[in-house]
Amino acid sequence: MLAASCCDRRMCVCPGPRRIAIPVRSSRLPLLSDAMPAPAHLFPLIRNCEISRIGSTACYCHHRHLCCLSSHFAHSHFRYAPQKKFAALYRPKEHFNHFIHTRDHASAPQRFYLTPAQVNSILKANEYSFKVPEFDGKNVSSVLGFDSNQLPANAPIEDRRSAATCLQTRGMLLGVFDGHAGCACAQAVSERLFYYIAVSLLPHETLLEIENAVESGRALLPILQWHKHPNDYFSKEASKLYFNSLRTYWQELIDLNSGETTDVREALINAFKRLDNDISLEAQVGDPNSFLNYLVLRVAFSGATACVAHVDGVDLHIANTGDSRAMLGVQEEDGSWSAVNLSYDHNAQNEREVERVKMEHPKSEEKSLVKQDRLLGLLMPFRAFGDVKFKWSIELQKRVIESGPDQLNDNEYTKFIPPNYYTPPYLTAEPEVIHHRLRPQDKFLVLATDGLWETMHRQDVARIVGEYLTGVHHQQPIAVGGYKVTLGQMHGLLTERRARISSVFEDQNAATHLIRHAVGNNEFGTVDHERLSKMLSLPEELARMYRDDITIIVVQFNSHVIGAYQDEEL
Amino acid sequence: MFLRLLSDIQWRAAHPKWRRMTSSQRSTSTTAEPHPVSLPAQAQVVICGGGIMGTSVAYHLSKMGWKDIVLLEQGRLAAGTTRFCAGIVSTARPVSVELKMAHYSNKLYQQLEQETGVQTGYMKTGSISLAQTQDRLISLKRIASSLNVMGIPCEIISPKKVLQLHPLINIHDLVGAMYVPEDALVSSANVSLALATAASRNGVQIHERTTVSHITVQKGRVTGVETDRGRIQCEYFVNCAGQWAYELGHSGEEPVHIPLHACEHFYLLTHPLKEPLSSSLPTVVDPDGRIYIRNWQGGILSGGFEKNPKPLFTEGRNQLEIQNLQEDWDHFGPLLSALLRRMPGLEALQIMQLVNCPESFTPDMRCIMGESPTARGYFVLAGMNSAGISYGGGAGKYLAEWMVNGYPSANVWPLDLKRFGTLQSSRTFLRHRVMEVMPLMYDLKVPRWDFQTGRQLRTSPLYDRLDAQGARWMEKHGFERVKYFVPPGKDLLDLDHSKTFYKPDWFDIVGSEVKCCKEAVCVIDMSSFTKFEISSTGDQALESLQYLFSNDLDVPVGHVVHTGMLNEKGGYENDCSIARLSKRSFFMISPTDQQVHCWSWLKNHLPDDSNLVMEDVTWKYTALNLIGPRAVDVLSELSYAPMTAEHFPSLFCKEMSVGYANGIRVMSITHTGEPGFVLYIPIEYALHVYNEVMNMGQKYGIRNAGYYALRSLRIEKFFAFWGQDLDAFTTPMECGREFQVKLEKGMQFLGQEALLEQKQNGVYKRFTMFILEDHDTDMDLWPWWGEPIFRNGRYVGKTTSSAYSYTLERHVCLGFVHHFDEKTGEELVVTTDFINQGEYEIDIAGQRFQAKAKLYPFSSLFTQRRRKDEVELSGYQRE
Repeated sequence: MLAASCCDRRMCVCPGPRRIAIPVRSSRLPLLSDAMPAPAHLFPLIRNCEISRIGSTACYCHHRHLCCLSSHFAHSHFRYAPQKKFAALYRPKEHFNHFIHTRDHASAPQRFYLTPAQVNSILKANEYSFKVPEFDGKNVSSVLGFDSNQLPANAPIEDRRSAATCLQTRGMLLGVFDGHAGCACAQAVSERLFYYIAVSLLPHETLLEIENAVESGRALLPILQWHKHPNDYFSKEASKLYFNSLRTYWQELIDLNSGETTDVREALINAFKRLDNDISLEAQVGDPNSFLNYLVLRVAFSGATACVAHVDGVDLHIANTGDSRAMLGVQEEDGSWSAVNLSYDHNAQNEREVERVKMEHPKSEEKSLVKQDRLLGLLMPFRAFGDVKFKWSIELQKRVIESGPDQLNDNEYTKFIPPNYYTPPYLTAEPEVIHHRLRPQDKFLVLATDGLWETMHRQDVARIVGEYLTGVHHQQPIAVGGYKVTLGQMHGLLTERRARISSVFEDQNAATHLIRHAVGNNEFGTVDHERLSKMLSLPEELARMYRDDITIIVVQFNSHVIGAYQDEEL
Repeated sequence: MFLRLLSDIQWRAAHPKWRRMTSSQRSTSTTAEPHPVSLPAQAQVVICGGGIMGTSVAYHLSKMGWKDIVLLEQGRLAAGTTRFCAGIVSTARPVSVELKMAHYSNKLYQQLEQETGVQTGYMKTGSISLAQTQDRLISLKRIASSLNVMGIPCEIISPKKVLQLHPLINIHDLVGAMYVPEDALVSSANVSLALATAASRNGVQIHERTTVSHITVQKGRVTGVETDRGRIQCEYFVNCAGQWAYELGHSGEEPVHIPLHACEHFYLLTHPLKEPLSSSLPTVVDPDGRIYIRNWQGGILSGGFEKNPKPLFTEGRNQLEIQNLQEDWDHFGPLLSALLRRMPGLEALQIMQLVNCPESFTPDMRCIMGESPTARGYFVLAGMNSAGISYGGGAGKYLAEWMVNGYPSANVWPLDLKRFGTLQSSRTFLRHRVMEVMPLMYDLKVPRWDFQTGRQLRTSPLYDRLDAQGARWMEKHGFERVKYFVPPGKDLLDLDHSKTFYKPDWFDIVGSEVKCCKEAVCVIDMSSFTKFEISSTGDQALESLQYLFSNDLDVPVGHVVHTGMLNEKGGYENDCSIARLSKRSFFMISPTDQQVHCWSWLKNHLPDDSNLVMEDVTWKYTALNLIGPRAVDVLSELSYAPMTAEHFPSLFCKEMSVGYANGIRVMSITHTGEPGFVLYIPIEYALHVYNEVMNMGQKYGIRNAGYYALRSLRIEKFFAFWGQDLDAFTTPMECGREFQVKLEKGMQFLGQEALLEQKQNGVYKRFTMFILEDHDTDMDLWPWWGEPIFRNGRYVGKTTSSAYSYTLERHVCLGFVHHFDEKTGEELVVTTDFINQGEYEIDIAGQRFQAKAKLYPFSSLFTQRRRKDEVELSGYQRE
């Protein structure tokens, strides 16, 4: 019940407090402060959610999956929460009350302590590792494997991740997707985008072969081999719909056969644009099945950024839409670590991006285009999938909403038209693609949603992952020298240094290790268990105020193979 | 850096006095010429090392009247480990001779300032050893018992009392503590200077900044010392070079193996507290936290023995390593945690310095003293396992006595250099072993612990076979010996959990091995025993051995004789079995750790005659001990020879074939008093003979057994073992072995006079067997050794070994009973009546158990047929 309510409340309330601005507030609040920022207009929205409907929507299949997930999560919170008051959350009638309760609770000087084992079970719940299999004791791929992990702040989490090996072409695809206004769009993109990319990369003959197989009802050639965590799910109901859209795409590709070899950059751009187009079209067309109809609308009205890496030999392509980020970890000759950005954030901090948006619209709108560092004063990323509210004309939006199901109609957010909305589209899903030729010193790639980057500098990320992967910890010995140090201070310092080493050893997953640092780092740059414990035991209503969903993929490269490629070319 | 400065100041403070005293030998060290006084061309004794050991030896030698002594120091006096030493004089030592040394040191330091006028910083603060666990408390109680009977005040106190003695201690996790009120603090460098001052007043010449390069030895005797400032001829050389002793020992043509290895040792110095700590506050030792804490100039000095020591100088003296001896806070971290846990009030105390001072450790955690087995006149005193200041005085005294009198006044065998041989001299071995030894300083020492590092060095050819059958091993002199065999399917506790002062987990396993020895037959691999062959072209061998051994060796060929190898005072230098192989050759079996000592004793006492050949054949033979009533049957089936008592009487030796293997030396001895044989098998036949014995023995119920079974058997039969019960201060008369002494064998032998005198005047101690009466094997603490014996409530001696007797179903302790005069404490003659007419109690960790004293074994309990040696033995004892 709780899970359902949460889930749906998100759907209604959904303006994720950061990505789509309604309440504007600083990104990091002091821990457990009194300033519990319950947005005033949150409550009417909650009241709008009729309890009965909450129950009914909960039975959607993929939602059920979600419910399980989030109830699991809620459980884990409860397990650690010392206060019985939380049980109130389970009673829908006290929905409003419980919120107040939690507030009281949170503002009281009550502390939650998690044991290291409990912290680990939270941090490791979503971790996943994949090692590229070896043949004859050799790994001929330039990728050794990858580690990925997610730490939710929203309930349910709005981030998604995907990883797959292309079976009909060479290469591996990895991506992180950061959803906003709900997780529907991110979910759909995480399921579909790699198929679009793979299809875009396929040679003409293979496309034909596949089309023929479908036509004659024969078994399809597998296109992708997914590497999924059990919590990464695919929507079964929509698969037929998605497949049909994809098939239309490859049929068009077959018709367009240019005879040229497929360029990865172009393939990526085409795939992104095509998928976003399909999402938009599916919402406009609708579906006779009411569940699917509602689903495609939710996908289109929510949004998602995407940061996707395609690795094939020494060729690394990063296609980025939005403000997730790709970063290359480079080991310098002296053994130190440095970071190379392989993507540009599409947000107000990126001057080129601001320029681009302004170029695309009349000068009269210049002032209203970017306000408070947000697109039209609302949206943080300047490029995204979905978000038809920033893409469709007002008429189209109104028509779709009116003809759409009641749920949509009742939703204040979807009905809300952005201010100063004159010359749509304001938003695009077209990615910026960066190509990088891998060198032996390029040891790893980090793909992560902005939840990581807003807490950690990329240089620190490079160092932490690099030291983790090489197992080398450059710790300068301490010398007291002439300083005034007390026994207690020294003891604290030594304890931290030990914790730093031991936290390296307790993680088997580089992404987990990075999350541990992102959440638990103190001012000294070392993991502080108390801080970790506090951050992870925040009730879910509060969690989002202190941190964003974090999704990380760390890809480790095989320097030997990359070196061999280089030698061959020389 | 600070400490260096501090020492310099102290040095200068002491220096003027020092210079005044010694101006006749040396001019001021501040003059431009560094070495104004040239070295003498010759001296009686040259001591190398100006630390606490060197100065203490010089002090005691000069006090005993030797004047012609030169002490050489490569740097400056008391500038090595001695300067860095924490200065804690602690008498709480588990080994009794170490305890005696520490006790003497304490008394010596106390009056040293008065004697020499040099300030030693002596302060009687007392010490508190804390126990966080019951097991730790037991080990403290054991030490307290042995301190008390030595007349050293010591009490077990409650945590509350701890708080009264030291207000800073957090007592919440304590179960008790031991308080030794007379323990003291000193400035070790100043003690060393005081000893040097006194020595030089007595005529000892001291030369600083003189490096000894090597020692010259001719015909097995020290002849001189080469230094960077010239050569000194000398009769005696004393190696007190501390952590450089190993290297110095190896610098000569004939290496002297001194097995020690340095480890980094850290301690912390702090600024004074706001309210400076009183200098009389007791020293705190928290072994469970691995730390010690003493007051130091109003602040504290705290160090410890960490679990993961850092050995150094493995490859010898290394300038780089010396310069890199830096503070390592990360390494010290766990000890700092322990310190703050013990004294949480110190959090705000400001750090002054973390001192890194290398300490040297030995393979068995006991220090090294004595004469080299290869070079006469070459003495060693080193390897103090970071207790140099506690041992300094006593160790110097014993070594001085050893040099002057030929023997020290106490049994120092546990510290004797000759307990080691070349085999403990490998740097790899030492590096690994000291890493285990250093943490052991504060580890809980339970009965029967074994070292885990440096193992599997010497093994019998049957090692793998026995190991596969569940053998659990212990090590003696590098040789792996079986403790017991764990039957298949049975699991014992892991090492840490098996640590206990109570009934051990192998109790039933050993019990069944003992039962098998009593009822059927068992095989024990006893290959580790030291084996020598002595032969000559004429009668030289017999004549020399007759002089060296107390029993009559002029027996018919094929006889085996148990005999002591005695010193002039009649004390046991060795206890062995000698078989007469032929008219002119003898086969001698001694305890495992006698390999170096016995060899050197024989070398020193046998005439220098090329016709007399002595060979160490330990490695040539594998020894299988067949114990039990059915051993006869097994052997006769395997050899097709009658083995019954009529054909093969006890204490008999014959070469015969066993299985296909010929030339096996079969002796009808078992070292336990049980019937059986020992087979000395040339090693290439070992596996064959073992297999044959096991196959043939199957129908007689044969099984493997280990040393624990052997030990239980020999102790219940009242058999004394050299090294445990017998030492150089024990005569055959004192342990009921008069039957092994032939005073009228027609020729003089070593120790004869002393024995004759004892025979006339009686003995002053008597080896006695005690059966614990009200001791519950399952519930009570087990005896080990070193437990005080009380007769009618008065202390009369200590136990030397103990074992559970599965036959008597009682614990048996062996030990010596003295007779101290009630008023004067003077030692009186111990008579049989004195033994028999007393009520006895054995003190195990403070708890006393009633014991029945016996001077003869319970022969009536053993219903097996009597064999010759037992008849002989019990027959004598009934006299």
